[in-house]
Amino acid sequence: MKAEREKNDPKTIISGKISGKLKAVYRVSAVVLAVLLFFMLATVMIGMPDIGNKNNPDNNEVAKRYIENGLEETGAVNIVSGMILDYRAFDTFGESCVLFAATICVMIMLRIDGQTKEDDEEAKKVTFGIRESAFSLIDSRNYEPENDSILKKSALLVVPLILVFGIYVVLNGHISPGGGFSGGAILGAGLILFLSAFGFSATEKFMNAKTVKITTLVSLLIYCLAKSYSFFTGANHIESVIPLGTPGAILSSGLILVLNICVGLVVACTMYSFYALVRRGRI
Amino acid sequence: MDFIKNFPFFSIMLSMFCAIVLSVLNRKAAKYMTRIVLGAVVCLSVAVLFFTIQRGESYVYYMGHFPAPWGNEIRFGCLESLFSLFVSLIAFLSVVAGTKAVEDDVEDRKENLFYILVCLMTSSLLAMSYTNDLFTGYVFIEINTIAGCGLIMVRQIGKTTVTAIRYMVISILGSGLFLMGVTLLYTLTGHLLMSNIKESVAELAQSGEYRVQFTIVIGLMLVGLAIKSGLFPFHLWIPDAYGQSNVVSSSLLSSTVSKGYIFLLIKIFVRTIGFDVIKSCGVLYICFTLGVVAMILGSVMALHEKSFRRMIAYSSIAQIGYIYMGIGLGTAAGVAAAVFHIFAHGATKSLLFISSSEFTEGSHTKTIEELKGLGYKYKFSAFCYSVGAFSIVGFPLLAGFVSKLLLGGAAIGHGAMQWIALLALAVSTILNAIYFLRTVIYLFIPDKAEKTDKPDMVPAYSMNCEDYVFGILILVMINLVLGLASGPIINIINNGLDIFS
Repeated sequence: MKAEREKNDPKTIISGKISGKLKAVYRVSAVVLAVLLFFMLATVMIGMPDIGNKNNPDNNEVAKRYIENGLEETGAVNIVSGMILDYRAFDTFGESCVLFAATICVMIMLRIDGQTKEDDEEAKKVTFGIRESAFSLIDSRNYEPENDSILKKSALLVVPLILVFGIYVVLNGHISPGGGFSGGAILGAGLILFLSAFGFSATEKFMNAKTVKITTLVSLLIYCLAKSYSFFTGANHIESVIPLGTPGAILSSGLILVLNICVGLVVACTMYSFYALVRRGRI
Repeated sequence: MDFIKNFPFFSIMLSMFCAIVLSVLNRKAAKYMTRIVLGAVVCLSVAVLFFTIQRGESYVYYMGHFPAPWGNEIRFGCLESLFSLFVSLIAFLSVVAGTKAVEDDVEDRKENLFYILVCLMTSSLLAMSYTNDLFTGYVFIEINTIAGCGLIMVRQIGKTTVTAIRYMVISILGSGLFLMGVTLLYTLTGHLLMSNIKESVAELAQSGEYRVQFTIVIGLMLVGLAIKSGLFPFHLWIPDAYGQSNVVSSSLLSSTVSKGYIFLLIKIFVRTIGFDVIKSCGVLYICFTLGVVAMILGSVMALHEKSFRRMIAYSSIAQIGYIYMGIGLGTAAGVAAAVFHIFAHGATKSLLFISSSEFTEGSHTKTIEELKGLGYKYKFSAFCYSVGAFSIVGFPLLAGFVSKLLLGGAAIGHGAMQWIALLALAVSTILNAIYFLRTVIYLFIPDKAEKTDKPDMVPAYSMNCEDYVFGILILVMINLVLGLASGPIINIINNGLDIFS
């Protein structure tokens, strides 16, 4: 019974078949609803306070404190970083858990278990056999692209730059625009480009299921523990022992730098593992 | 500061922490760790509940070094802690009682992923119930949505993937509408913190400014959360999602996840915007009408359903309708009845889903006719299922009876609404009785046709699985407690709602 995959019969998949007439009614009512929603939202927007007006309700003491005291209280020159990783760190912790949950869901859907290395070798041999015959109905999980020399050469040039830039964005998140989320996305994109150019055999030397697992685990744990510490001390009015440093220096702003690195690693691993899972069913 | 005030924060972080660690554990370790952590969360919630009842007031807790409008904060009164206790208890019992079903349905090496999703879901529900900030609420709604998709998908058959994708599309539409509502509300009031929004809204309501905008904002939030909790015209994802997935997932989705959204809606209505403002803008009539229609139509659809699991799923639509009808009445008594029904339905539905797993041999669908005579083979499960069925029909001594009584009592004195509500309650109860008692009767019809030629059925696992017996018995007990000792619980709900606003 385990791992049973029933046949996907398209007729049984979507239960509650809709007859032709009802379908037309559905379509028309969907259009009517969408138009209605559009006009409703348009009316709302016309009556809203003007954007950028200084008397707007959102220009209040909340934003004022972020702008005026942000640097002093969080030690981050980049106020946005200070906001998301210090003032409202609980929300951001939630956000990184959204990423974590998404990875888990993709793994449930796409990861193929029970394959050992020998199975893989076996599969490869068979696949190559089929590939030579004209039928290209190859199991794409074992399909490696042909060596593309243009892609390889340009990747060799670009990938190091992308990775260095990604690391820069992550590490300078508290000083300049950027931070964990954007830097991590850049890192992930660089890794994916490297993977598409050189294939899994090259990437596996430094990025495999174990690395991804451990990196994600360690970063999320550090995030969780660091934030728990700061929530706990904050709520119980205990002075935090983490120094804020001189604003503007690379080693400053307390926990924000550490959290940025953690978030960056999680995002990079998530992006990479999504790509790998879609391509061959395991990281 | 009392150390106990840290407990809500501990319970959220503990289950998050557990979810993160589970990603490297094997299935057995994952199973036990989940149980221990969820059990610990239940204990923490009990402590918080007693603490808040004793003190009779609510507390705020800074999440960080900065006070509220700047930083995040959580707030706990007795209603929040009661809801958290409910969520963690149902999650704990479902995981314990459904161990066998999970082992049957989930691939061995993906079992820890399932438990990760359970932990993430629990912690996000806890955060949703404790949060005092609309945006934090939104973030945890997202975790809940994604975890919900995973929980549906975890039984890897082709159908569930389609169902999960459908659930995701519909659910994300709901989150999108809710997020629009939050951003518009922020532009109008300049705040995300619930208590600050309430002040600004009261001022704006007095001056009569932005009346149209407010109505639409409230409408967007209501529709968004109604889609996610499966209120009547948005119910299309329910039967597949609850009927095809693993029983533990069905029980978690129907009795905790969808209830979490409703709890957040009540929080927005009562605590964020203020019930008077909500009443004056007429949104409650929509709640009431849709609730009443759902009560009747959900039951009618359940009556027509031939598959056993899907029938239980359809009955959820009707039960969600009861809750929205209670909110739509627009009185404190109505909201209290709705909150009580959240607990009553949650306890009953998880009992029904999990005890049904033995008749359906894990999560495989079976028609109602096939249940014939199974009551003699699986005596224990049949008994517990019957308790659940009687409770949902509204048999005295059980949870469903009290919530129907409360809803009926809250409806009296509302003019035309009174008659509609009472009539809908009566019709829906009769329909409930028809389709639930039908299954109970089928279970206990002796199956005359000898089954000598058929291979012997799967042996009753209730006999050799202590976890299952333990979990199901506690769920039965919760039903009895909600039915017999409803007085103190209603008191807690009423006090909680008082200090809510």
